[in-house]
Amino acid sequence: MNPRRIFADLKVVVRSYLRNPVALFFSLIFPIILIALFGTIFSAGGSGAVPLAVENLDHNSPTSVAFLAALNNTSLVKVTLVNYPVASFSSQLGDNGYSVGLLIPAGFQANYTNRTPVDLTLFTNPENGAAAGQAEGAVSGIANGFNLRAVCGGGSCAPVIQVPPSKNIGSQVYTYIDYLIPGLIGFSILTSPMFSMVDIASSYRKEGIFRELSLTPLTKSEWLLSRISWYVVLTFITAAIMIGAGVGLFGAHVEITLGLVPYLIVGPFLFVALGMLAGTVARTPESAALIGNIITFPMMFLSGTFFAVSMFPSGLQVVAHVLPLYYVIDGMDQVMLFSNTTRALFDVGVVAILAVIVFALAVRFFQWRDVE
Amino acid sequence: MSAAIEVRGLVKTYGPLAAVDHIEFTVESGSVYAFLGPNGAGKTTTTEILEGLRRRTEGEVRVLGLDPWKQGYALHQRIGVIPQDFRFFEKITPKEGIEYYASLFGTHPDPQELLQRVDLGDKSNSRFDTLSGGQKQKLGLALALTNNPEVCFLDEPTTGLDPQARRSIWEVIRTLRREGRTVFLTTHYLEEAELLADQVGIIHHGKIIASGTPGEIIRAHGRAERLVFEAPAALGSYLRSNLGTAVEIHDGRVEVPLESNRDALRVLSAVESSGIAWQGFTTKRDTLEDVFVRMVGPMDEGALKSETPA
Repeated sequence: MNPRRIFADLKVVVRSYLRNPVALFFSLIFPIILIALFGTIFSAGGSGAVPLAVENLDHNSPTSVAFLAALNNTSLVKVTLVNYPVASFSSQLGDNGYSVGLLIPAGFQANYTNRTPVDLTLFTNPENGAAAGQAEGAVSGIANGFNLRAVCGGGSCAPVIQVPPSKNIGSQVYTYIDYLIPGLIGFSILTSPMFSMVDIASSYRKEGIFRELSLTPLTKSEWLLSRISWYVVLTFITAAIMIGAGVGLFGAHVEITLGLVPYLIVGPFLFVALGMLAGTVARTPESAALIGNIITFPMMFLSGTFFAVSMFPSGLQVVAHVLPLYYVIDGMDQVMLFSNTTRALFDVGVVAILAVIVFALAVRFFQWRDVE
Repeated sequence: MSAAIEVRGLVKTYGPLAAVDHIEFTVESGSVYAFLGPNGAGKTTTTEILEGLRRRTEGEVRVLGLDPWKQGYALHQRIGVIPQDFRFFEKITPKEGIEYYASLFGTHPDPQELLQRVDLGDKSNSRFDTLSGGQKQKLGLALALTNNPEVCFLDEPTTGLDPQARRSIWEVIRTLRREGRTVFLTTHYLEEAELLADQVGIIHHGKIIASGTPGEIIRAHGRAERLVFEAPAALGSYLRSNLGTAVEIHDGRVEVPLESNRDALRVLSAVESSGIAWQGFTTKRDTLEDVFVRMVGPMDEGALKSETPA
């Protein structure tokens, strides 16, 4: 392993890249477009029904079910039943990307029938005022309707269902854009090296460039490390652009710590090697592109890039957990949003081990010269 | 003089097909060896085996005393290779390319001097994708010299070049030889081999069918020197019956083989005696190309190219 040769090759890579306007566009402008596009689509509050996570502790009693049906009919909220531990209901809402949540207590129906006052607990995200206001209006409105229908006793019609002031979600509140930033950084860590390396692996072989490099002292490992170095640099630049665009355009809240650095290194490391391995298996540029797409597209959509994996159906969640990109994005979520060091370390460990294995396989199977 | 390249009993098979079939040759250090053959004869396969780019099926091969396949990494530090249809990074300039190779090899050539040597000095800052085919080939040659190689493998280095560029490459090859380097040259241009090579090997159907200096090959496989008259066939018939030699009669041409220079006087005297009118005469000696065509036979168009001497 000779650093001089790696640096010499890296210079050629950087020059080639900087002289390619299309590559530059995709590296520098495309991340901003992605953030702007998805941020605009999904962060716009106040329009349409707000997703409302509901934990029904009254075991789907007819009254609670009727209450939720009435809520759903308002078109102001879209009820999704969840089953989070009550103690961590508030933080679970934040972890799973909900801006509003509702807790229906046990005994809701009995209290309503006996006209004993009962509290509904509404959780909102003050950062998303529009969604909070919409949900508060809907829940209070339906509660008032139910209260009016309650039979008044002794000339007194004191409200039975009460909606105290809402509580804040979690210890910290998150908006969609906060989740989107780690997801899109992961998207970039995956797609940029994968598509490029798959193409390079087959086209360099076809054009005889690998053959020419094999006649120099540059080794396969050195060549691959120079590519990895470049994609690590590119990933840092892309991540900075995405974070800047997310904060600047949408007021995103993400924690920028040194804990992010390992992901910006092992992520590109893994996907450069994986792209090379995929391109090595393919015999033609056409089949290389196909193999690249087969590997990349499921990861692109099922690893929590655009939506939290916990919102997927359980079958897809199982699939997500075998995709390497899931651990990159989940790890960055833990670092940038939840400050969960234990899980972040686990995630980076998984990615690092995979990266070493895939790198070794790529170096083993990637041929400079024709054996036959 | 020691051997730079030694090949003994080299065989390369692809399934039942023997692309190279028990060939043997030696290239002396500091000499130019031209390896000739029609398309598909086994030239490129042999060359790639010598360069360590392809594994042989059987036989012994040594380049600078090293086994090219097993000791390829060590060998590649000491040889220079310019492949057919050289390709490089499209956005990189020739100067940057030389600097890149120099860094890889740990050598310190002057990029501008090296590019001038191959007549590419004025294109040192042009990107590879803007160079013509000939200029790309010249860059390949310059890169092959970056590590100051002891043996240079030049695979059809002048194909597609204009006559002037071709001559500048010939001059580089002569310089390499003067500097004591060994040159292994494959070419389609037979006069190029005749002009530059100390030794020639002709491969056909995977076997070497002739080897030696160009003169030796012509003497061994060519026809004797001939007097060629522009004359009617009647002159040919007259000389055939009066001289008793194998006179060849072609369309408007009569060719008379000469055993020695004194034979020419006897033939001219007989022509004079015939009283048959003739327009003129020349002497003709077989070239390497004549020998090649006779040995290898008719080939597909493009398999053999020749340049009319300037």
